[in-house]
Amino acid sequence: VTKGKLTLLCDANTDGSFLVHHFLSFYLKANCKVCFVALIQSFSHYNIVGQKLGVSLTVARECGQLVFLEGLKSSVDVFFRAQAEPHPLQFLREANAENLQPLYEFVREALKPVDDGEAAWRCPVLLVDDLSVLLSLGMGAVAVLDFIHYCRATVCWERKGNIVALVHDSGDTEDEENNILLNGLSHQSHLILRAEGLATGFCRDVHGQLRILWRTPSQPTTQRDQSLTYQYKIQDKSVSFFAKGMSPAVL
Amino acid sequence: MAAVATCGTGAGSTGSVVAAGSKNHVTSFQRRGPRASGSDSSYSRLVSIAGTRPSVRNGQLLVSTGLPALDQLLGGGLAVGTVLLIEEDKYNIYSSLLFKYFLAEGIINGHTLLVASAKEDPADILQELPAPLLDDNFKKDFDEEACNHKTAESNIKMKIAWRYQLLPKMEAGPVSSSRFGHYYDASKKMPQELIEASKWHGFFFPEKSSSTLNIEPCSLTHGYIKLLQFIQNIIYEEGFDGSNPQKKQKNILRIGIQNLGSPLWGDDICCTENGNSHSLTKFLYVLRGLLRTSLSACMITMPTHLIQNKAIISRVTNLSDTVVGLESFIGSERETNPLYKDYHGLIHIRQIPRLNNLIYDVSDVKDLAFKLKRKLFTIEFLHTNTDRVNTEKTFITSDFRVIHVF
Repeated sequence: VTKGKLTLLCDANTDGSFLVHHFLSFYLKANCKVCFVALIQSFSHYNIVGQKLGVSLTVARECGQLVFLEGLKSSVDVFFRAQAEPHPLQFLREANAENLQPLYEFVREALKPVDDGEAAWRCPVLLVDDLSVLLSLGMGAVAVLDFIHYCRATVCWERKGNIVALVHDSGDTEDEENNILLNGLSHQSHLILRAEGLATGFCRDVHGQLRILWRTPSQPTTQRDQSLTYQYKIQDKSVSFFAKGMSPAVL
Repeated sequence: MAAVATCGTGAGSTGSVVAAGSKNHVTSFQRRGPRASGSDSSYSRLVSIAGTRPSVRNGQLLVSTGLPALDQLLGGGLAVGTVLLIEEDKYNIYSSLLFKYFLAEGIINGHTLLVASAKEDPADILQELPAPLLDDNFKKDFDEEACNHKTAESNIKMKIAWRYQLLPKMEAGPVSSSRFGHYYDASKKMPQELIEASKWHGFFFPEKSSSTLNIEPCSLTHGYIKLLQFIQNIIYEEGFDGSNPQKKQKNILRIGIQNLGSPLWGDDICCTENGNSHSLTKFLYVLRGLLRTSLSACMITMPTHLIQNKAIISRVTNLSDTVVGLESFIGSERETNPLYKDYHGLIHIRQIPRLNNLIYDVSDVKDLAFKLKRKLFTIEFLHTNTDRVNTEKTFITSDFRVIHVF
């Protein structure tokens, strides 16, 4: 498990959520402490898919390995009832929320190193599914970038952990805020995984193409960034990858 | 368009064999008493809710949209706890018909309805619902209209557990023993006694707009806030969210919201490009949160063709679970295209959710068209009509482009 890295997951014209499920189960199996800001689906959804991939989120949550922020459920609580303490999704109630500080505080608190010496987890990981939703909920791209910046400072640099975040690529629809967010994050990331739908349209045997790009954002790019492209097909419990044009259906 | 023969295995304990069929067979097997993989004892309680069935792929509880053909395209039906977004056709003719089918299905199944509209009074909408088709009446008319369709009754008695075929034709006739999904006669109205026996709540925005807000002003428009509060109130009061142990609800709440995003709701995204870009998306997010935590399913029709800012449409799509777009041929150049002459419009399945799963059911055929026959709304695979007379003509225009005319 590499440390101190920001991984950007991106999907364009297809659903990249299988990458989120993969990273969630990967880090849980690697014995890392995970803070999952799950804004787009419910807990039971991730749990059921996680079970297919070999992890139990319920167990992880109970023993403290997983801190789960269920966005959909919490949004209902925070929207209809005034909260006594600051809530991570407080910006839902506000007309012009400036920043995502309560959310950052939540993450920082969740990934605080435990001092009692018990069950030391390997490294803290922040997983966000997904950041584009924050734009839909009224936050500006700059606020989201600031949030990630603060999280990077705490999680990646201070605590030597990792961050994995999913952003949708809206393609040619003129979603400027989203493009700002995507470009800004791309420059900060160490690894970019980009799931794209095939240019030729829907295919039953090849669900899409995954482009992997390794970057070194801190150093000037004297060396070329490494990149690889695979095509994939998602199955019930796994995803199979193959080189372009080498789908078993074609051969 | 040729049907492809493939073999595939379904999730868990079910196996399915998909085979090719000729154009004249319409057989589709309804699996009786499906058992979802990984289901626990609480499902036996849930299955007993009228008008629902567990999905065979992921055990998700499904309700019918009111159009069995659409249910089939969506992988069995609409999952409880999710949002079905219908992108309206240009004049809101067919989308309002789908809306009515959805509500009618709720009445037939005894579900509680919540109808929200800014244009029509919900009581009036309910008066206009189509009448359900009873099997024996339907069969006579159906046989007259399309003699090359066969009903599926005889196949239910077979012992094969579950089998469906990839065919150019959809299931277009009623399956006699199905309690899930009914057919409706668009030319007749729902009997008054059925409407009166049903439980429904109406939200008519012009009536509610005057009352005061008791929530902090956030970027949602007034209409959306009131609607959210109304929905949340019903869910809470009637126990759909399971929070109140005394009011243990064993029914589904069907929420229908009409023309969401139109100026009648006080939203200006259809009027200007720089409108309130977060109101609708925030509304959808909180609505989905409400749905996920309650026994309800929601259909929204939205005039997306009017929304000026395209970014909002893609955000709305990402925030909805299932998205179906309707494109009618009325007034468009496609009306005279001989390829489309039998149909009234196209249906685009833009998004299907992957719930509790990495994969989802998706039909291989992407070209779907619908037509409103005298009584029925049917969806069919669009295929080239090979027995059409081939009168292809070729022209060369003055700037040397070649035009083919069929």
